[in-house]
Amino acid sequence: MLFELNDVCLARDEHQVLDHLSARVPEGATAIVGPSGSGKSSLLRLLNRLADPDSGEIRYRGRPIAERDVLELRREVMLVPQLPALIEGTVGDNLDFAARLACRETIDAGAALRSAGLDTVFAERDAARLSVGEQQRVMLARALAVEPSVLLLDEPTSALDGEATATVEEALVGLRRRSDLSLVIVTHDQGQAERLADQQIRIERSVQGLAT
Amino acid sequence: MSTGIEISLGEVAAALALVAVAVVVSLYVRADLERDIGIAVVRSFIQLTAIGYVIQLIFDEDSLLLVFALIAVMVAFSTYTARSRAAKVPGATLPLALGLALAAVATLGLVVALGIFEPEARFLVPVGGMVVGNAMTASAVALNRLGDEFEDGRGRIEAALALGANAREAALPAVRRSLRSGTITLVDSTKTTGLIFFPGTMVGMLLAGADPIDAVRLQLILLYVLLGSVAISALVSTSLAYRGFFTSEHQLRE
Repeated sequence: MLFELNDVCLARDEHQVLDHLSARVPEGATAIVGPSGSGKSSLLRLLNRLADPDSGEIRYRGRPIAERDVLELRREVMLVPQLPALIEGTVGDNLDFAARLACRETIDAGAALRSAGLDTVFAERDAARLSVGEQQRVMLARALAVEPSVLLLDEPTSALDGEATATVEEALVGLRRRSDLSLVIVTHDQGQAERLADQQIRIERSVQGLAT
Repeated sequence: MSTGIEISLGEVAAALALVAVAVVVSLYVRADLERDIGIAVVRSFIQLTAIGYVIQLIFDEDSLLLVFALIAVMVAFSTYTARSRAAKVPGATLPLALGLALAAVATLGLVVALGIFEPEARFLVPVGGMVVGNAMTASAVALNRLGDEFEDGRGRIEAALALGANAREAALPAVRRSLRSGTITLVDSTKTTGLIFFPGTMVGMLLAGADPIDAVRLQLILLYVLLGSVAISALVSTSLAYRGFFTSEHQLRE
């Protein structure tokens, strides 16, 4: 089992975001679906410990994630946020930044860009001058550059138009075929969940956890 | 270097004539500044007169202990003042106090160690006042910027954490920009000094009848000391303050 959540509670600003949630996320591609405000993104942030639950336990491949070194866990279970947030500089600088954090001497920038549906000439481009769709794919490439074991994708296409959405989805479908990479995709789009994932977890607002 | 110059209260009062011009201008364009100008005039008179007597007392005693006490009080007040500019930075008091104290101790220690000034109250008090004052402005601007960086750039910082960056690595670009904005004003004014404006110490010495070359050399020493102290205080305060935004598990605090 990739992730197991047992009785997880999370409150923010006195609002109960996750209320005694229990769920199991298998290996492969899983979509977390539900209406906006149901706590999908908050749940995703718990999986690589950008936040910790107030109570309950989360296990990653059988082991409580709280026991793992948090930085090591995040390099293995990598989250790509909803909105692109690249560092200043070129696309190549962004890939190097990720490589440096993962303590890697060399990375295959070309392969990472191609996996994210980008041409390798993008490496030289100024990140700030790209379209939002391109930036989102660079975010994906940046994460792939350090070869994580799990990718957590938060509404990967919510900021994109139809054409850019199709390109990103195409890239994700390509990644899904890779047996060594598991995907957990948060989306409010049922169609996208069906296109990208092998199984789905539905979260309803403040309702106890969920089913595949 | 020491030259006698005597100023009567009457002469100080006469200088208020120009303040009257400022008030008239404010009334004329309805800038609504006259109340603030009035407060500024009264406060500056009271504060400077009071500190004048304190300095007189410390000069008369010529005790290094009193000098340290005065500088400690300056650091405390500066920390308190800068704290209000750094309201968005959690736990900014300690980083500010350490930055300012270190800037004061390091720069005063250096000028004494190098033999630039004798370890006497009449040198250490005015230099200490300038150092702490400038360091306070730099630290306050830097931490104000740091607060804005973490408010506006939260997404970018958390995206770096999500890639496996530790708190320091994720905060570094924001810390760099904050440090730069804290020190750039003094760096720029140092670049243009003598061309666009005459700095205060030099003006004071020239007015007091000192040799221009002496005045310039003392001013240069003070400018360099200020650059150093501003860099130290802004660096120490930003390098410590960013930690307040993170938990020990490299998570951004809500």
